[in-house]
Amino acid sequence: MSADTTHLIAVKDLAASYGHIEALRPTSLHVAPGEFVTILGPNGAGKTTLLRAITRLIPSKGQITFNGKDVSGLKTHDLAELGIIMVMEGRGLFGEMSVRENLQLGAYKLSGSPADMNRRLDKVFTLFPRLKERIDQMSSSMSGGEQQMLAVGRALMAEPKLLILDEPSLGLAPRVATEILSTLGALNKEGLGILLVEQKAPLALKLAQRVYILSSGSVRAELPTHEIKSHHDLARYYFS
Amino acid sequence: MTSPVIISAKPPAGAAKFASRFDRFQVGLLVVAALLTCAALAYGGFLLTVMQLAMIYAIFCIGLNFFMGYTGQASFGQNAFACVGGYGSAILTVQYGWEPLPALLASMAVSGFFALIIGYPTLRLRGHYLAMATFSLGLITYDISIQWTSVTQGYMGYAGIPPMGIGNWTVESERWKLVTLAVLVAFGFWLSLRMRDSRFGRGLRAISGSENGAAALGVRVPRFKLIAFVIAALYASAAGSLFAYTIGFISPEVYGPAMSIMTFTMLFVGGVGTIVGPIIGAVVTSLLQEVVRGSGHYQDVAYAIVLLVTLIYAPKGISALGALFRRKKEEA
Repeated sequence: MSADTTHLIAVKDLAASYGHIEALRPTSLHVAPGEFVTILGPNGAGKTTLLRAITRLIPSKGQITFNGKDVSGLKTHDLAELGIIMVMEGRGLFGEMSVRENLQLGAYKLSGSPADMNRRLDKVFTLFPRLKERIDQMSSSMSGGEQQMLAVGRALMAEPKLLILDEPSLGLAPRVATEILSTLGALNKEGLGILLVEQKAPLALKLAQRVYILSSGSVRAELPTHEIKSHHDLARYYFS
Repeated sequence: MTSPVIISAKPPAGAAKFASRFDRFQVGLLVVAALLTCAALAYGGFLLTVMQLAMIYAIFCIGLNFFMGYTGQASFGQNAFACVGGYGSAILTVQYGWEPLPALLASMAVSGFFALIIGYPTLRLRGHYLAMATFSLGLITYDISIQWTSVTQGYMGYAGIPPMGIGNWTVESERWKLVTLAVLVAFGFWLSLRMRDSRFGRGLRAISGSENGAAALGVRVPRFKLIAFVIAALYASAAGSLFAYTIGFISPEVYGPAMSIMTFTMLFVGGVGTIVGPIIGAVVTSLLQEVVRGSGHYQDVAYAIVLLVTLIYAPKGISALGALFRRKKEEA
């Protein structure tokens, strides 16, 4: 296959099953460099399975290329090394560790001086000042919003090329969810590629440039965000 | 809830960093353990032997804590590596006339190699399956130590194992044996602390929190689990060798499944995954065994009751009691 450099990540015919249950039918999608893409769909549509298949947290079939390179055979930690970082549903924080240790783990694959680490920490603290106030607190003792900020901050410590997020606003107060999603919008404006699965569709659609609609384990529609309003049924479903 | 406001993101360093790892309760427990060691040195007798064994088991448990505590994996078969260490040291010193220290190190190398070979396929298993597989490993080793009489001398075991020492200097006195063991515990503890706080140690603790979460950040989960297994095996092997040098006699029973159950108990009583838990658990459980021994036929029942009460009311072990009391106080 020729190197596909127009896409940051391109997924072709990706499929995954849980035993005999086909949770994700052959699915294709792509994210361009610096693009913000949202995946929408009802519960059980296969959104989380799709993200877990992309990051190889579950076995999957199909082809994944990243920056034009076939990465289908790589493992999760290899993908992290390449710059594909995922913020998992439920945040995936290490509750028995402090905020500092969680953030240090974010930069796990990066070699660098303490000055580099401090630079990354400063960037995260600029985005989420509350994390600096909580730096030696156990992450399990923080509020849900703070934990989500930490999950995103930890992912940013890895200096990702593609940030994948699975419902980061889940269980958060609307104000906190807006704050976190707005931060993602700002990061995207700086050039970070983002692939977001989100239930709070109106806000996610404001930020995203393109949207995939997933249902019953396969992509039903792919369209630029501004076009979704012209599809009356979709607009009613996702904006009402 | 109020949270502490920290002004600087700079981590503490030096003595402050060392102190920041312990709460006052844990420091108090370590002081009590040190005082008991001093009492054993001063008064000698049976307490001296109990504390010697406690120190040996502390070394075993510090290693086990790497695999079970920091990495969050289950192993009931570390006695296999203590067995390799003990028999390796006994055979090399008694039959081949090796010095104790090279024999200990050679046995550790063999144990580490076995751990690598066995761990590679075994660590693909998770949870109960891993626990059962490692338990089988301990049973197999126990059986080999009984059946392979040409090497292990079966139930007869090995007697006349020389005490620890380097060159012409040997640790003959029981008091000096305890001092040497205490120094080795301190060294093993310091080493484990360094590893725990390193990038590698953070990776292990991340695996304990969530294997998928750790992998998503780039931690090579299978490799790290294997290294933690090997580290635990090295500590267990050293403990097995030190038992042989301290007591001077070994038999299959010493390294049987009972050793796994006892060290598992020690780790959970002290606090699995805590820094001081292995040492405190080893000392408390060793003393507890002697205390309940007075209850005659009911000693196992008394022992089990004490353990159950500890696990119910202090699920994170004795060394986490300070934090538990603080939390209760805050909630009240």
